[in-house]
Amino acid sequence: MNVTGRASYSESQLYVDGVTVSFDGFKALNNLSFVVEPGEMRAIIGPNGAGKTTMMDVITGKTKPDEGRVIFKGDIDLGKRDEAAVVALGIGRKFQRPSVFENHSVFDNLELAIKSDRSTFACLFDRLDADRKSKIESTLERIGLAGERDQMAGKLSHGQKQWLEIGMLLVQDPELLFLDEPVAGMTDAETEATVELLRDLRGERSIVVVEHDMAFVHALGVKVTVLHEGSVLAEGSMDQVQNDPHVIEVYLGR
Amino acid sequence: MSLLQRLYAPQAQEPGKGRLASAILLTVLAAIAILVPLLNLTVPADSAFHVPTYLVSLLGKYLCFAMLALSIDLIWGFCGILSLGHGAFFALGGYAMGMYMMRQIGDRGVYGNAELPDFMVFLNWKELPWYWYGFDFFPFAVVMALFVPGLLAFVFGWLTFRSRVSGVYLSIITQAMTYALMLAFFRNDMGFGGNNGLTDFKDLLGFDLQSDNTRAVLLASTCVALAGCYLMCRAIVASKLGRLIAAIRDDEARVRFLGYRVENFKLFVFVLSAMIAGLAGALYVPQVGIINPGEFAPANSIEAVIWVAIGGRGTLYGAIAGGVLVNYAKTVLTGVIPEVWLFALGGMFIAVTLFFPKGLVGSLPAAIDWVKRRIGKRNPPASSPLAEEPGQ
Ligand SMILES: Nc1ncnc2c1ncn2[C@@H]1O[C@H](COP(=O)(O)OP(=O)(O)O)[C@@H](O)[C@H]1O
Ligand SMILES: [Mg+2]
Repeated sequence: MNVTGRASYSESQLYVDGVTVSFDGFKALNNLSFVVEPGEMRAIIGPNGAGKTTMMDVITGKTKPDEGRVIFKGDIDLGKRDEAAVVALGIGRKFQRPSVFENHSVFDNLELAIKSDRSTFACLFDRLDADRKSKIESTLERIGLAGERDQMAGKLSHGQKQWLEIGMLLVQDPELLFLDEPVAGMTDAETEATVELLRDLRGERSIVVVEHDMAFVHALGVKVTVLHEGSVLAEGSMDQVQNDPHVIEVYLGR
Repeated sequence: MSLLQRLYAPQAQEPGKGRLASAILLTVLAAIAILVPLLNLTVPADSAFHVPTYLVSLLGKYLCFAMLALSIDLIWGFCGILSLGHGAFFALGGYAMGMYMMRQIGDRGVYGNAELPDFMVFLNWKELPWYWYGFDFFPFAVVMALFVPGLLAFVFGWLTFRSRVSGVYLSIITQAMTYALMLAFFRNDMGFGGNNGLTDFKDLLGFDLQSDNTRAVLLASTCVALAGCYLMCRAIVASKLGRLIAAIRDDEARVRFLGYRVENFKLFVFVLSAMIAGLAGALYVPQVGIINPGEFAPANSIEAVIWVAIGGRGTLYGAIAGGVLVNYAKTVLTGVIPEVWLFALGGMFIAVTLFFPKGLVGSLPAAIDWVKRRIGKRNPPASSPLAEEPGQ
């Protein structure tokens, strides 16, 4: 299935245009193109090694593409920016492995993440104001960690860490959010709670969820992009892609 | 985990602790600053309470080492950067102060040359090199003792942190840095006295360096400076910046993806740490009376890291305790069996790294608990409501 509607790119939230990334000759991404609309929630699925994490690395400034462009909000080229600059533009990212600061309290994790002046001296003299504080508190409620507020993040369960990391993204107020395998390693109950949380976030901002848990993606009920060997294999509703013969062959059929 | 991996693994202190330790530390420093000079200057020499002058200077020296240890803990314990080159910053601060004291000698040198230090006369130099200008002036020397180490740290950190050099690689480069400086300072034509370094100082701000009064004031100043640096470091690690550098230590990539420029934060802490080390060196040289290129020896920097590891990194006060205690042990041991010292130091280091990664101060609470439990077992409190452990 092809990406269509070239005219709409200027209004798109994110436009990945023919991106190729090679590691020692091996193409982790191969002429990858797709578009995310403003406010859209998109699921990206694909077998292990399909290039999902690499795609995220390219968009968030960690890896530079060998070919192609990544355009944010129609006219901002992300290809030339580093991680900090990409975050400053309003793009947040949750890692595949839950990455929270284990030696900091849950509250402090959110305090470090919340939108604020990122310069060195601002941090040296920063005092948490009431606005930011109440935003942290309400985020704690939202991710279900209000009771763990003062606990060390390292003491949280695996699922709670994933939620905390999502909370750390929410307090940054990003326009576009990337979640790399948010339910990996979660129990069924935790997965369900995560589905609720993500549904709740829908419409607030653009969200790209990368997963290979099909049940989870099904439960989200959003447009799906299937990645295979670094390029888009199929795109559409979950039912559509599940019935796509290519997809069945390389992924679902196994 | 291998020994090496352990050195790069974070050792976080539990938050909240440290209040009591800070209070104890500051009280001890205040006591040293007041009592030791008093007991040295006012108590007659034959009294049991008299503190001999050599001890005043020895204490001063230990406290300078403690300040160096503090600076290393700030960057290693809190930001996870294992610098094996802090001896260089210490030595540069020392040289700045040494240069001032060389200029203070004036025409009282062996050659009686008011324009040039003795070693330059000896080398047949006709005029003072430009980089010695200004060192007649004490405030200039103090500024340089902070500025030069700070500048070196800035350039070094700017080059390495931006290219994301870290871990063992960074440690090795810091060793190379101090080694290169040592070779440079050994050269006579560098204009810093070659392998003899700078010595034969007479006075500081016009006060005789040999007099008991001057030595007492130097010790007290060292206490004040150490207390000041300690409080500053405490304030920094308690700030949001402090939480952030600890976060960098624990998960650098996550911090980067929160939108912080990690290299700038590292640079800030590294430069500040180098300046504290420089100040320590500047206080050290008048109290020991000499600075030579040996201070740049790579082994010195490693030794200072060992003080921090033994004292307990990531606590600030642990580093200070380590700096003083290990050097005290060194004085005692090298007085008895000098050959053993290096083995003892290495042994302590390995033991601490493998078995007590939190160091002396970090293991102290557990040790006290253990002793309490042993005592409790021996005399079981018969009617205590707390004695409800199974097995009693
Ligand atoms: N830094 C790297 N160096 C070499 N190969 C890499 C690197 N990162 C990813 N790859 C390879 O690129 C492919 C895509 O990896 P990744 O993006 O992690 O896949 P996914 O997240 O979909 O499982 C894999 O074959 C992986 O081995
Ligand atoms: Mg992945």
